[in-house]
Amino acid sequence: MSTLQPVAEPKVTQTGGQCRRHLLDLDDFSPQEIEAVMETADGMREVLGREIKKVPTLRGKVIVTLFYESSTRTRVSFEQAAKILSADVINVSADSSSVSKGESLLNTALTLQATGADFLVVRHPHSGAPYLMASHLERSGVINAGDGWHAHPSQALLDMYTIRRHLGRLAGVKVAIVGDVLHSRVARSNLWGLARVGAHITLCGPPTLLPLDLLRGAGAEGGAYLPDTVAVETDLDRALDGADVVMVLRLQKERQQAGLLPSLREYCRLWQVNPKRLERAKPGALVMHPGPMNEGIEISPAVAHGSQSLIEEQVTNGVAVRMALLYMLAVPGREEAQR
Amino acid sequence: MQEARNGRYVRSYNGLWLQFEADSCNLSPATKGEGFFVADEKRLMGPDDIRRALARLSHEVVERHRGAQDLVFVGVHTRGVPLAHRLAGNVSRLEGVHVPVGVLDISLYRDDLGRRASPVVHPTQFPVDIDDKCVVLVDDVLFTGRSIRAAMDALMDMGRPRLVQLLALVDRGHRELPIRADYVGKNIPTAMSEEVQVRLQEVDGVDEVVLLTSATAVTA
Repeated sequence: MSTLQPVAEPKVTQTGGQCRRHLLDLDDFSPQEIEAVMETADGMREVLGREIKKVPTLRGKVIVTLFYESSTRTRVSFEQAAKILSADVINVSADSSSVSKGESLLNTALTLQATGADFLVVRHPHSGAPYLMASHLERSGVINAGDGWHAHPSQALLDMYTIRRHLGRLAGVKVAIVGDVLHSRVARSNLWGLARVGAHITLCGPPTLLPLDLLRGAGAEGGAYLPDTVAVETDLDRALDGADVVMVLRLQKERQQAGLLPSLREYCRLWQVNPKRLERAKPGALVMHPGPMNEGIEISPAVAHGSQSLIEEQVTNGVAVRMALLYMLAVPGREEAQR
Repeated sequence: MQEARNGRYVRSYNGLWLQFEADSCNLSPATKGEGFFVADEKRLMGPDDIRRALARLSHEVVERHRGAQDLVFVGVHTRGVPLAHRLAGNVSRLEGVHVPVGVLDISLYRDDLGRRASPVVHPTQFPVDIDDKCVVLVDDVLFTGRSIRAAMDALMDMGRPRLVQLLALVDRGHRELPIRADYVGKNIPTAMSEEVQVRLQEVDGVDEVVLLTSATAVTA
């Protein structure tokens, strides 16, 4: 029996922001490009506040959402964003398409490209699936709406936009990311994006739910290098100490069946963000959650619906940020214009 | 070919790249885009010329409207906005009433998406409801008329003004749509290969109007 070999990441040509066709992760975003997304999202929020929420910008563009995993807010907000910009939206879900007859990911992508889709918004349970598609598509752009444990760039950008709207900046902001970091694509994309713009990040969770190389830290055998602005912590109180933002991650209950947690009760006792634990953070610290929430497990209802919670605003901002992303992907050469 | 150093890139209408030396008016070759172009810069209006033109335009607006009742200046982002503020200031002084200023970003309404470099989208802002108001759209340079077409579409999405007029600091001709300005600061006849740039204190740190000539026109 052969051992599993790591598969090389498919090569995707991107000319670093100048003419970006795909949105796969934030690791190739410059701080300037992130700032441009934030500024454009401000313009898009103004459109969302209008009585008639419709602008003709993407008329004639076709955007296909292809979801191999269930989703409410991501799919709906991409669809909403595309429709406000006057694009045509086609929704494909894996169980009602030829995927259920066994069509491969690549053939599905090529078929959708052949029908004239300008952008494919893809969610897939396997990390790297959007990269594979992007490396084979010549005309359509690929937008990663979540791939496995790997990346969820539009969620990270909307989280960053929400922080920036409330604190006015991202550089130097202290963000605690709490929960199941190991399985979280939201945490990974936020880590790339927030670190890029100079925020301070503390990742916190049970040792079994933190990536092992991060837990070992730099210098140790198999340890990962971390910049000074990123810390790893297993104690919730220490992680929350002086935090400006508390980002709570979803805990899937299956993790306990997989043996990663002794019991949900223990998890709640040690890592649930509740009003008492939140006192450790800065007064008025912002509370965020990418959803869907398990109220009473990773976050207490009092915090989830309290005055510090921005969870609903995150959804609204998600539409504005996704409008900004669609606009910027459809319009080449914006970097040149800023010069 | 010379490396671009300490210069400032300006993207001209037809996508030519010009690089300006910071300390002189002479343009040096820039190796950006598809070709490289030497260009010449000529100053057509200075700070006093702009101030006088805006003073005259303010009087014209007040005369035509018989006052400043229901008047709203709407600046087209970027340089229309400071112009609109200056005009509103002038008219407020002339008539003793406050004249509101709106900001219009037309990026979402352009007809050349994907062909022309498009900047960041900025919020459109109106301090007052524009329904049944007299709106004076303010832009720096009137050229093909395409941005004014976009601006009118954007404006109509914001409400139903009683009247819309157009004011441009410079009209350089070459219209591609049936659009004309109601108030013009200065008519400047130009060739297609030339470019008129309005620079304003609030945006560029200097008040001037310049004519740029690209190398293609010089050598052709």
